[in-house]
Amino acid sequence: MIVLQSLIYGIVLGSIITLGAIGVSLIFGILKFAHFAHGDFMTAGAYFAFFFVSVLGWPVWAAFPPAAIGLVLMALLVNKVVYEPLARTRPVILLVAAIGVALIVRNLVLMAWGPDNVVYASGIELPYRFAGLRIKETHLYIVGWALAMVVGLHLFLQYTKMGKAMRAMSDDPDLAKISGINTEAVVRWTWAIAATFACAGGVFLGMDTRLQPDLGWNVLLPVFAATILGGIGRPYGAIVGGMVVGIALEMSTLVIVPSYKPAVAFVLMVAMLIWRPQGLIPARTAA
Amino acid sequence: MDVLVGYGMFAVGFFTFVAIYAVLVLGLNIQWGLAGQFNIGVAAFFAVGAYTSALLTTAVSADHLGGFNLPIPLGMVGAMIVAGLLALAMGKFTVTLRGDYLAIATIGIAESVRLVLKNEEWLTNGVRGVVAIPMPLQGNDLIDPRLRQVIYLAILLGIVAAVYAAVERLRKAPWGRALRAQRENEDTAMASGKDVVMYRLQAFVIGSMIMGLAGAMYAHAFQFITTTPFKPVFGTFIVWIMLVVGGSGNNKGALLGTFFVWGIWNGTEIFLTSFVPVEFATQASAGRVVLVGFLIIAVLLWRPDGFLPETRVLPGAGGNDPAKPIPPNP
Repeated sequence: MIVLQSLIYGIVLGSIITLGAIGVSLIFGILKFAHFAHGDFMTAGAYFAFFFVSVLGWPVWAAFPPAAIGLVLMALLVNKVVYEPLARTRPVILLVAAIGVALIVRNLVLMAWGPDNVVYASGIELPYRFAGLRIKETHLYIVGWALAMVVGLHLFLQYTKMGKAMRAMSDDPDLAKISGINTEAVVRWTWAIAATFACAGGVFLGMDTRLQPDLGWNVLLPVFAATILGGIGRPYGAIVGGMVVGIALEMSTLVIVPSYKPAVAFVLMVAMLIWRPQGLIPARTAA
Repeated sequence: MDVLVGYGMFAVGFFTFVAIYAVLVLGLNIQWGLAGQFNIGVAAFFAVGAYTSALLTTAVSADHLGGFNLPIPLGMVGAMIVAGLLALAMGKFTVTLRGDYLAIATIGIAESVRLVLKNEEWLTNGVRGVVAIPMPLQGNDLIDPRLRQVIYLAILLGIVAAVYAAVERLRKAPWGRALRAQRENEDTAMASGKDVVMYRLQAFVIGSMIMGLAGAMYAHAFQFITTTPFKPVFGTFIVWIMLVVGGSGNNKGALLGTFFVWGIWNGTEIFLTSFVPVEFATQASAGRVVLVGFLIIAVLLWRPDGFLPETRVLPGAGGNDPAKPIPPNP
């Protein structure tokens, strides 16, 4: 029974990690660099929502849309000011810049909201009991919304013109450019989608636990692990990767001491990089 | 007079940090500046070096492994050996990874190392840390403790000079040229008969040994260590910022960047502790990190090659004028 319970927690965590990993994967596919500020983007999204919850008294679901818009605007601004001017240099320069952005965002959150834990809703949420398993309503929302967003992204990538342009640019940027694709618009859409998903991931993480300025940074490495597991630059793989990492993290506490839980993600990640850097699923069947 | 001594001791503390970070940055400059390896696990080698030297030189204690009561120079050599062995083990698996992949692997390993150091109490005394780490000349009561710090600083500066001379020699040697060749174009380096993988592994191990030495320098300067200073921001990112700001690939740039960034970091701390009320201390120190973040981005935007860019020299092309730089690649 405890195994099944851990599996449920793993699926919840896996949904959150997936939302982050999809963004990292899209950005890697289009812009060809590992976005180290992504965890802190998740933190910023969670706190933007907290602003509407705490100041205006809105419920979390109503606070999400304005928070996501805020995070998208922030992502577009950062892209315009930092990443775009550096895009023609080496990808590694972008990575160093992303570390700078990560430090700025995390510490601005710290300055604005302070180092203490905050919550969207205080009080204890009584879980549903179901054949000995405990499931919170929050968990159902998290998994349900994550699923809906992933399906939405799939439809977008598969059937809209912009979605096709994004896939084309991810495959071959030069070919996409000479085919007349507006690559700047593709980049903007990439940031918009990545930021929306990051915001959802951050808000869900805040709903599941508590908000603190390290919230997103703490899941950044699991998010990268999921991205790598799924194959860098492949958003569908990120879903598989997210679930594997989430479940592995939660189930690991059954066999190892909990203080080593974060190391599980690192070990998975490093093992994958060495063993199968192309991801769990070969590119042909995943595309 | 007392005021002068106060300023003097502040300068000693400042340059002690500069010396420690300078060695870290010079080590990273071998990996990134010469070999093009994106190691963001600097903190792992820094930490392993610090703990190795601490455990080797402290008196026997029930709280952690050892101590072995060895002389400090042996502690420093041990720090380099253990950091080198860790790098060798890591490098065996990761040396073929490029760019972002190596970055992600190294930060994952660095965080795992920190978890081990934090949780294995039999080895490191966990979060309570290792105490009573000796400093040179400590047993001698005739020497004023402040003078002892000055003497230790002189030793540290001597180490910086020695490391600088060594890495400059390596950079100019055929070894350094081969590393730069494989960084710029792996295929042509291989076609010239260079064992690219072996060169990269050597660069990774040597750079990491230098970082381990910096860890030992740190442990004996502060005589007490926990895992806190080896978190990514202070153990890794600030080192990267120093190198990128100063000019990667250029060892003089590495030293200049270290001095400049630590000056800004420390200068803002003085400003904050003297002018900002205590109740805003958390916000103020966060503001400091924001400032450093803006600094790195500003330097990247305006001088992507840092204050002192690497001088690129092609032997034979355009004569043997070593001062003539080749324009950077577009």
